[in-house]
Amino acid sequence: MSSEPRTEANKSTALPIYTAKDYTTDQDVRWCPGCGDYAVLSAVRKAFPGIARKKEDFVFVSGIGCAARFPYYMETYGMHSIHGRGLAIATGVKCANPDLEVCMVSGDGDLLSIGGNHTIHTMRRNVDITILLLNNKIYGLTKGQYSPTSETGKVSPTSPVGSIDYPVNPIALAVAADCTFIARSLDVDMKGMDAIIKRGIAHRGTSFVEVYQDCNIFNHKAWFYASQKDTMHENTIKVVHGEPLIFGNDRDKGIRFNNGRPEIVTIGDNGISESDLIVHDETDRFLAHMYSQMRHPEFPEPMGILHADPTKPTYNDLLIQQVEDAKNQAGQLDLQALITGNESWEVK
Amino acid sequence: MPSDQTTLDTVVIRFCGDSGDGMQLTGGQFTDTSALFGNDFATFPDFPAEIRAPKGTTFGVSGFQVQFSSNDIFTPGDRVNAMVAMNPAGFKVNIDEVEPGGIVIVNEDEFTKVNLTKCGYLDGYNPLDDEEINLKYNLVKVPMSRMTKESLADSGMGAKDINRCRNMFALGIVYWLYERPLDHTKDYLTKKFAIKKKLPEVAKINIRALEAGYYFGETAEVFPSRYRVPPAKQEKGTYRQISGNEATVLGLVTAAQKATKSIVYASYPITPASGVIQGMSHLKRFGIKSIQSEDEIAAICTAIGASFAGDIGVTGTSGPGLALKGEAMGLALMLELPLVIVDVQRAGPATGLPTKTEQADLLQAMYGRHCESPLIIVAPRSPSDCFNMAIEAVRLSVEFMCPVIYLSDGYIANGAEPWKVPMVDQIPEIKITHPTLADTDGGKFLPYARDPDTLSRPWAIPGTPGLEHRVGSLEKEAETGNVSYDPDNHDKMVRLRAEKVARAAQSIPLLEVDGDPSGDILVLGWGGTYGSITTAIEQVRANGHTVSSAHLQYLNPFPSNTEEVLRSFKKVIIPEINLGQLSTLIRAKFLIDTIGINIVKGKPFQVGTLVERITEVIES
Repeated sequence: MSSEPRTEANKSTALPIYTAKDYTTDQDVRWCPGCGDYAVLSAVRKAFPGIARKKEDFVFVSGIGCAARFPYYMETYGMHSIHGRGLAIATGVKCANPDLEVCMVSGDGDLLSIGGNHTIHTMRRNVDITILLLNNKIYGLTKGQYSPTSETGKVSPTSPVGSIDYPVNPIALAVAADCTFIARSLDVDMKGMDAIIKRGIAHRGTSFVEVYQDCNIFNHKAWFYASQKDTMHENTIKVVHGEPLIFGNDRDKGIRFNNGRPEIVTIGDNGISESDLIVHDETDRFLAHMYSQMRHPEFPEPMGILHADPTKPTYNDLLIQQVEDAKNQAGQLDLQALITGNESWEVK
Repeated sequence: MPSDQTTLDTVVIRFCGDSGDGMQLTGGQFTDTSALFGNDFATFPDFPAEIRAPKGTTFGVSGFQVQFSSNDIFTPGDRVNAMVAMNPAGFKVNIDEVEPGGIVIVNEDEFTKVNLTKCGYLDGYNPLDDEEINLKYNLVKVPMSRMTKESLADSGMGAKDINRCRNMFALGIVYWLYERPLDHTKDYLTKKFAIKKKLPEVAKINIRALEAGYYFGETAEVFPSRYRVPPAKQEKGTYRQISGNEATVLGLVTAAQKATKSIVYASYPITPASGVIQGMSHLKRFGIKSIQSEDEIAAICTAIGASFAGDIGVTGTSGPGLALKGEAMGLALMLELPLVIVDVQRAGPATGLPTKTEQADLLQAMYGRHCESPLIIVAPRSPSDCFNMAIEAVRLSVEFMCPVIYLSDGYIANGAEPWKVPMVDQIPEIKITHPTLADTDGGKFLPYARDPDTLSRPWAIPGTPGLEHRVGSLEKEAETGNVSYDPDNHDKMVRLRAEKVARAAQSIPLLEVDGDPSGDILVLGWGGTYGSITTAIEQVRANGHTVSSAHLQYLNPFPSNTEEVLRSFKKVIIPEINLGQLSTLIRAKFLIDTIGINIVKGKPFQVGTLVERITEVIES
């Protein structure tokens, strides 16, 4: 099930044919060699030509951090802003001109620590923005301090005997804020990224994509439990709308409900078949909540489009609707009458 | 007519009572009626931060002062000629501001033992029985609660509704005393209660209480005289009453219309600036998109995003919010995008006195950001001037692609005065151009190329084919806007941004001197103190002194003749409601010494105090 494509995109007849190169700026990319951000940039550049939108209609906004350099590398309109505030800026862009396609790319520190407030409020308002959270569980640009997603006990320059912070759960936060599109992907999963980016941008409302991104300098291997050929099948589960939750190297494991809670089972054991497993329904926010609580190592971590509710009106649509309704109701505008007011008097 | 009639030029009335007593409404009605009668006027609403503080306490006292006159006036007045006190707390807080011999009308029913204790009077003491007070003031004790109740006894309404009509009874007395017609307030009550709230019975009892108060004045023979304040001689034209926050809203909307642009007004509610976002949110039909953001920082950032996308981004706040917006202001001036930041100043620091006025954000506006980050600062000088300066803020912001801070204050924001309504046709258009691919040199767009006169950069908006570009908070290479760490480039850009703001001086009016263009004494003010300073100067002159004055509405850059004006006088006096912030700027910029008059009480200047202090300097 996918969201309806945008009407303006459908109407657009003279859409140029783009390639990834058209979305590439002349700026040298300055991330560390081997950084997971390269894979994400590449996935976005490759996905964009497949989206029926003109290049000039895209706006990339970012905050501060390694990931936040993203807009400099996309040949679209863009703004690299200040720490944590990208979503508030993106909200302004979208409200000023709702025809623009607004994307926000930033890291875990930017979106979940200093900018956590704006993340919550953008989601609850359902502003039509696509958010790529490049989560590397570390502060890279400031050289390796623990981040709000770092695991408890993380040893870093500011936590020499281990961090005593409990990490934030980005998917749970998105569920709590009633985000209408929630997805998770691996930086190196080009196919998965491509599908999620396209669906995320097509979604009307806030699209939140958590990307497990490797910082090979300060937090290398943080996601290896989920990203390596020999680990990913056991430790993650790809959810597909309408299909049962199956995972494992031999695809012989599944998730079923047991007394209302998810339980890992082996297909074939004790007469368990695929029909006993939970079937993924991306419109079900109860399932989304369950996915948010499925954490490694207790459970395989769900990847893919965890939740999508295309029915909720967006903030920008409602805002513009109120303005349009007021204009229609008012008919001919009379600025002079407004300024003169209802209780003026004449001095003769 | 049982009483004599006395004609007066000017009267200052203060209504005071509990914050639930409806004093703002009562004062507002008296003002409306006086405006329609043709008086000049100025108001000063003075209320606590608490919405409903414990009943009867001094900190829950709400007041509304209005000066109305047959002359041109600029302030709500220093000394109160007549006070209406609905309870002992109101009496206690305000009595010292009443002139000796002044009329003090009190609701004596409220001066009970319990209420007197509640507001801190010593056991057994009742000021209404104090001989000294009875000698000093013309004390008129009226059993307002009882008389309101009696006059509405047959209405069939509950005690609570009836009790709420006491303020109208008081207003009726004052209308009689100052020969004001009741029609306007009757219309108002009918519209408010009978039509809007569908409570015709409530309208009826309020009107009856108003009339009962009026007839009480007529029959009770407690006043030695009635007073008449004839209409003022005003220029021909259409007038309305306007407060600063209302004028700010109207100015912003007018600017948007003149620029054929939409405004995104993003703000977080804060006293005393909330009136602006409330006003803006009612003007969607003019294309105003008002957004109540999650916090102060989000508000300014949303405005910045809106400007990037081609609307005019405006945010509004007070001092505490301005502090929170500091980093984002730096971003806006780095991006070189239009942005207006409305700061309705209040007394601080920290939460301070949220409902009281102050002029102490000037240095924050000027320097309250990290590193070299100049921006344009304007300051309206009166409630109605907010209209002009809001338009100016938008105009300068788009002309120079630069954030503009607009420094209003709680006093002019809430205070009201009559305003000769301008003809919108005569307000100049604000010209804005957005470049297209055709404007570029061979298709190469330079987002940081500059207009040779204003040094402003092109405002290319997303959605424009071929002009895709990135802006950002990192230092930019001149012209291309690409990220640059080059030391010489940074030095150049820092200077360019400063020079651009300095050049705005070419686009703002010269500083005008009232009085002789040179001489011994110049009194220099800025912002919302214009009314009190102007009145003080008139009085100093009336006392036989020669003094000139000038008032700054543009604080950064200063008008280009500022230094010349200041050097034409031997002494420069600067009255400010802060500890000398404009003085600091003037001394630093021009090496000209100044004499400050600095009073920071959360209140507008008393004219009498200014006269005294200015005269001291003149005579020294």
